[in-house]
Amino acid sequence: MTGSRFASGGLIDRKKPITFQYDGMPVQGFAGDTIASALMASGHQIVGRSFKYHRPRGINSAGPEESGALFTVGDNANRTPNVKGTIAEIHDGLIVRSQNAFPNVRYDLGAVNSLIAPFLTAGFYYKTFVGPFSGTRFWMIFEYFIRKAAGLGVASRDADPATYDIAHHHCDILVVGAGPSGLWTAVQLAEAGQSVMLVEQDFACGGQLLSRNNARDAAFIAEMQSRLTRAGGQIMIRTTAFGLYDGLVTGLVERVTDHLSAPHESLPREIFHIVRPQQIVLASGALERGLAFGNNDRPGVMLAHAIARYAGRFGVSAGQSCIMATSHDGTYDDALQLAEAGMKICVLDARPCYTDAQEAAKRVGLDIMFETVPVQVAGGRGVAGLEVGMCDSDGLVHSDNRMIGADVIGMSGGYSPVVNLLSHRGVKPVWDADIQAFRSGPTTEAIHVVGSADGFYDNEACLASADVAVSHILRPRRRDAETEIFRGWQTPAMPLFEINIQGRSLKSFIDPQHDVTTADIRQAHSEGFVSVEHMKRYTTLGMATDQGRMGNILGLATMAEARNMPIAESGITTFRPPFTPVSIGVLAGRSSGSDWWPTRRTPMHDAHLATGAVMMDVGYWKRAWYYPQNGETMDEAYIREAAIVRQTVGMVDVSTLGKIAIQGPDATEFLNQIYINAFAKLPVGKARYGIMLRDDGHVMDDGTTWRLSDDEYFMTTTTAQAGPVMLFLEELLQTRMTNLEVHVSSVSDYWAGIAVAGPLARQVLTGALPALDWSNNAFPFMGVQSAELKLGGAVIPFRAARISFSGERAWEIYVPADFGNAVWVHLAEHVALAGGSPYGMESLGTLRIEKGHVTGAELDGRVTLEDAGFAKMASKTKPYIGSVLRKRSGLMDESRPRLVGIFPKEKNKSFGTGAILCEPGAVSGFGKGWVTAVTHSPALGHWIGLGFVSGGYEAWKGKTVMIADPVRGATIEGEIVSPHMFDPDGGRQNG
Amino acid sequence: MLRLECPVCGLRDHDEFTYLEDGSITYPKLANENQDDWFNAVYLRENPRGRHIEKWHHTFGCRTVLLVERDTLTHVIGKIKPAHPKIAAALKQPATAKKRS
Repeated sequence: MTGSRFASGGLIDRKKPITFQYDGMPVQGFAGDTIASALMASGHQIVGRSFKYHRPRGINSAGPEESGALFTVGDNANRTPNVKGTIAEIHDGLIVRSQNAFPNVRYDLGAVNSLIAPFLTAGFYYKTFVGPFSGTRFWMIFEYFIRKAAGLGVASRDADPATYDIAHHHCDILVVGAGPSGLWTAVQLAEAGQSVMLVEQDFACGGQLLSRNNARDAAFIAEMQSRLTRAGGQIMIRTTAFGLYDGLVTGLVERVTDHLSAPHESLPREIFHIVRPQQIVLASGALERGLAFGNNDRPGVMLAHAIARYAGRFGVSAGQSCIMATSHDGTYDDALQLAEAGMKICVLDARPCYTDAQEAAKRVGLDIMFETVPVQVAGGRGVAGLEVGMCDSDGLVHSDNRMIGADVIGMSGGYSPVVNLLSHRGVKPVWDADIQAFRSGPTTEAIHVVGSADGFYDNEACLASADVAVSHILRPRRRDAETEIFRGWQTPAMPLFEINIQGRSLKSFIDPQHDVTTADIRQAHSEGFVSVEHMKRYTTLGMATDQGRMGNILGLATMAEARNMPIAESGITTFRPPFTPVSIGVLAGRSSGSDWWPTRRTPMHDAHLATGAVMMDVGYWKRAWYYPQNGETMDEAYIREAAIVRQTVGMVDVSTLGKIAIQGPDATEFLNQIYINAFAKLPVGKARYGIMLRDDGHVMDDGTTWRLSDDEYFMTTTTAQAGPVMLFLEELLQTRMTNLEVHVSSVSDYWAGIAVAGPLARQVLTGALPALDWSNNAFPFMGVQSAELKLGGAVIPFRAARISFSGERAWEIYVPADFGNAVWVHLAEHVALAGGSPYGMESLGTLRIEKGHVTGAELDGRVTLEDAGFAKMASKTKPYIGSVLRKRSGLMDESRPRLVGIFPKEKNKSFGTGAILCEPGAVSGFGKGWVTAVTHSPALGHWIGLGFVSGGYEAWKGKTVMIADPVRGATIEGEIVSPHMFDPDGGRQNG
Repeated sequence: MLRLECPVCGLRDHDEFTYLEDGSITYPKLANENQDDWFNAVYLRENPRGRHIEKWHHTFGCRTVLLVERDTLTHVIGKIKPAHPKIAAALKQPATAKKRS
């Protein structure tokens, strides 16, 4: 086959020539061409290599079923592999490369694989695991070569520079496919007042009508489009409906810029449209299927209709001399169209001459050979001729070695409706013997299948089926006696799938991309893989990028024949989304890079940056990590900050803590039920540290709760558990505690929080917030007070509690978020005057580790009250969430890992978080415990840690522990101490 | 994507909601100290084929806890009602509510 461009004709714009690069060579096409049509017109014949044997592959279709013309498109980071050349449009400067071949598809050294083809049959991957060459070592050797040889295109390893977007839609009707049936349905519904979205994967509407390129069809397409637009319908081209999901939610991908030479920079490459229609009309059409005969994978063997489509739509002649092998009437239109265009045509019809279409074609002088089938293609790198055989009425074929000359062969074994989308909804396709194809089974959902997607092949029948769907949608309650519309062709296709000749072994391909032949199917059968789902996986039939569109039915028919049962019984494999490959980037949309998840900034974010803070990510939050001065390292900065808090005063942004307003007459009772400790007697104006458990008895969260009035509390949670705690409280109040009159609302974003801590905290607050008396008598430990601050003309309400995470004399101050930054700056001035400084997360960690205060690193969801050293806080007189299951015997086991402090034996040594705690001489396995947090303590003058170890401090008193860090290399000796490593009696915070 | 008809907010995508747990579980009263009762409620779940009552939370909506009837085989969503009986009862009287507004 050497393709060429007809002198005229086609839906291309011959005034707009386009030049693109193919394997470094310039190729010319026209606007309206696909990569495949332009390459065919330029005489390129071998455009790909198969997966396993590296056999040459040509263009074999004109649509998404393409199995040969796969390319890598684009360059460097913009490279996209496995692009179907039959869909992708060309544009100036497009870079196209053939793939899976070395040095190129035309001369591929990998073709030696075909010499060892007998060893690469069905299931050969699996067989490398058994027999004389089994074992990991051999597999590793095989795998290296198999992976190297059996690749398709190679994706770029660079980050995708393209941008993507996601759009959401609601409509009455989503119509999938803008062929005649889809257009007609969409217009009728839109003109009846429905909001209609019509999506088409091609870059032009018309479907099958585009292949003919006649004036009448063109006028129909134009009229339908303009009527639909006028009626308010939306037409989306280059848009594939790739999946149908629950609730009729449909995923579409629109390719926005891939066809443009210089897209505007604001345009995303693709858009993921999520549509929520009331009803769906599937007008997804039908795909032609080939026939299995010898060497039917040679470049130049194509689907019969594709040859007509290249001629009609693109003005491209696939060759000079064409054989069309068929088993049905549908091919005659194609053959006549090509003969008219000037190609030499010979039709091989497997049937005897008895139909009107056959007679009509004979009358106009078409060269037809009846009861004749293709047997084997001659030629290696293209078609040199075709051996044909005679087919009797039982389907038995005998060959007298007759050869016919041709350079291109069209094959057609009928059409298969595209049932994929309904299959996504769990609707099993059913075999319809009348049309020799699978059709969608019935569905209870509002999905209507019309046109050739439901097996109506004649144009008038397609439109009539569309009318029925329109009537069902517009008048759902009226069920008129429906006139039956005839499916298929007037004379049904002859069931013909594989041409077999007794005593001959032909290489008949059914999956040309994965090199699956009918012999592989029979081998799968003989080895026991007879279920179609097993057969698929064993032979990889239908697992290539065309997802079985080319040869699935041929494979199913071959298996059915081997099992001696009808296709209807042997069944069909399940189609799953996506319909055609979808880039991962478009599913992510804008959620990439720094937008991968939300960014939460505290109200004081700008003040931290202005102070030179280094920020860190804590969940979604950006928090100040440390505030380096004069080029300090992180260690230098946090040790200085921690020391300053102990010596003078520091301030830290605690706005990220969860804050929950708990209000109502039963608020006290509610707290009493969710916290392990008693809240019934907490007076107004006091705060209490509380711990809550999950139902299973493990610690969920800790925090302080402030009593603001008789029926109002202010609860703080940890940053990480803010969401889960809020949800749990709501769930309890709405399900198990419905008798309580309590309302909870999250006020986390309403309040900005600042903790001021250190020996000089009182002095700072007295100066900065003069509305309150901060003395020990007026504001004792765990006291709560509210007042106002007059600042820069504003009157700012604030609430404060005397609580301490650092172990120093400390208050937490909360102000409305809008004033957070101003109050932070105001307090910072007073802190600086007292010789203090802001401190970040790292020194916050130091201070709390010194005190043995736990955070999420310790409360990891596996910890009991006993483990964390809280058991004494638990009330013995009241029930609370988790109070029963926490007492399970396994959880009360004395040898469970308990919270401890950890010192290195040699005080100048450090160790790492995540290290394992072991007994001396037994550094192995999981050890006896682990390290959760490590810091350098300026107060103690050496490295310290927190962790859990079996039996806790009591069991390890005076013993040596090995702090083992096998991954990072070091193992040092240490000792287990009480977790309260600094100021254990709390004198500093109470004074 | 499942779509749930929230009795307060209307038909919404399931990603506005948080699945909580099996909605048919009755938890023991807080004062019940029987470990087996709590163990059964916390850990033991049926895995029915077909109709299933589930507890969902309209997290990015009205934050109502809902009892949702879902068919585990077909994903068909049946009745949806608020878990709190008083909220459910209040929503059943739209006539008076409408009059007031």
